[in-house]
Amino acid sequence: MAQTITQKILAKHAGLKEVEPGQLINCKVDLVLGNDITTPPAIKQFAKIGVKKVFDKEKIYLVPDHFTPAKDIKSAQQVKMMREFAAKYGIVNFFEIGCMGIEHVLLPEMGAIKAGDLVIGADSHTCTYGALGAFSSGIGSTDMAAAMATGEVWLKVPEQLKFIFRGKLQKWVEAKDLILYTIGQIGVDGARYMSMEFAGPVIQKLSVEGRLTMANMAIEAGGKNGIFEVDDKTKAYLKRTGAGKGIVYHSDKGAPYKTVYMWDVSPIEPQVSFPHLPSNTKPVSKCSSVKINQSVIGSCTNGRIEDMRVAAKILKGKKVHKDLRCIILPGTQAISLQMIKEGLTEIFINAGAVVSTPTCGPCLGGHMGILAEGERSISTTNRNFVGRMGHPKSEVYLSNVAVAAASAIAGNIVSPEAL
Amino acid sequence: MKGKAWKFGDNIDTDLIIPARYLNTSDPQELAEHCMEDADASWVTKKKSGDFIVAGENFGCGSSREHAPIAIKAAGVSAVIAKSFARIFYRNAINIGLPILECPEAADEIKEGDEIEVNLAKGEIKNLTSKMIYHAQPFPEFMQKLIKAGGLISYIKKKLKS
Repeated sequence: MAQTITQKILAKHAGLKEVEPGQLINCKVDLVLGNDITTPPAIKQFAKIGVKKVFDKEKIYLVPDHFTPAKDIKSAQQVKMMREFAAKYGIVNFFEIGCMGIEHVLLPEMGAIKAGDLVIGADSHTCTYGALGAFSSGIGSTDMAAAMATGEVWLKVPEQLKFIFRGKLQKWVEAKDLILYTIGQIGVDGARYMSMEFAGPVIQKLSVEGRLTMANMAIEAGGKNGIFEVDDKTKAYLKRTGAGKGIVYHSDKGAPYKTVYMWDVSPIEPQVSFPHLPSNTKPVSKCSSVKINQSVIGSCTNGRIEDMRVAAKILKGKKVHKDLRCIILPGTQAISLQMIKEGLTEIFINAGAVVSTPTCGPCLGGHMGILAEGERSISTTNRNFVGRMGHPKSEVYLSNVAVAAASAIAGNIVSPEAL
Repeated sequence: MKGKAWKFGDNIDTDLIIPARYLNTSDPQELAEHCMEDADASWVTKKKSGDFIVAGENFGCGSSREHAPIAIKAAGVSAVIAKSFARIFYRNAINIGLPILECPEAADEIKEGDEIEVNLAKGEIKNLTSKMIYHAQPFPEFMQKLIKAGGLISYIKKKLKS
């Protein structure tokens, strides 16, 4: 039977020849991930299982990135609990600030993920690694606990959607716009329980960083995973990071897709998701009446060096609007350092932006840029739910990096074209 | 289980169920105090133990935070009835033993304040106010085993013993 990449990875990890959508399978995992919010409940559940050791000391990644550097006493306690758990069970991959990063930027960058891997993480944006040809999906703390004990997870084989992008991208249109456009078209539950495979000539031209941005937001359409075919760019990326190539799978001709979407993306402008759903997208040219108080550039969606370069290109020699705060959040320590080497940090500071240590911070209303009642932020993050960045009566508008940087200068939501 | 219905709309995300500003703890009681806060700030004081949440499509979308079903369970909610559930919330609810029922007709027709009675084993939802009876989507066999075991942890413990 013809199979997709997702089916092939799942079958391999379940020890089966092939799998069908809807089938419930038990899979071996290559990597289990948790953060400072989701790991503490997992530790409590792990204790209840009563095993003496974890399934593999090297395959568990604990990344305290949400409320770190610890924003308050309770957050510090949560990280302490993780640190002590890691020490007790000899877990190698625990990341203190100083060597850490936002989990989904850090793991690909350090070569933790290779093609063909099966990754689960107690963080919904674990779907990011599909950009590297891996199956990766978000799960909860109890699933994480079970996987830490057994090295296995139960999964339902998803139905699959395919998205084929054709045409030529307009200036300032980024990978982020392709995924916002997709979510705008199919809705926040348009891919619920399903796998999203991204393909076509536009995808082939995208950088691996851009693909990571797209896969990252598969969950925002309800997707179980996002997946990309491995090509020479992926192979070069995996080689550069030291991950090793892994196992490369291709979708067979005639593989079962529930729906194939084919879009010519030449006419689309940079997209902006209005409150309070990522699917409320509008072209940026229809957004100039929206005045903003803050611009957030970074996160697991758009906190890579490529994103920082785009922001710097726009902010170079300019000033952030006097009534506005611009917060730059590099994804990892390595990116922070690279920004300094390339002079990007200097550009941001001269423009009147602040540059943070890597953290999820304001994306989920944690710290480092919380909104007051009635305030609005443009943000390169992934969610604009009610109260996501602070007060329940604040608003978040999602965009690509260029729009967030241009809007920081203008004070209202604009494309760099309008500056 | 018997209680009153509290209605919520489509796409009730995990930030509405338990805002991230309270996620510096995983204590169920603390989380329960803020359950549904950004959807309806006074709900916590209005609801009674044993009541039901009745919602639309894609309940629990967004984050993987297990704190969402934990908060609902600790708030004393008997079960969540919805047209559909987001994937991770669905797993988490089953894993921690929060009863969930997928039933579009019931989610549509039940009105706020209706008295509801649920027989989980049968998947039967009775609206005692309107006298209507509904049947929820049955769970696949494997998930029934998980539910019967009392959640994933008890299931794994049994499996490791045998």
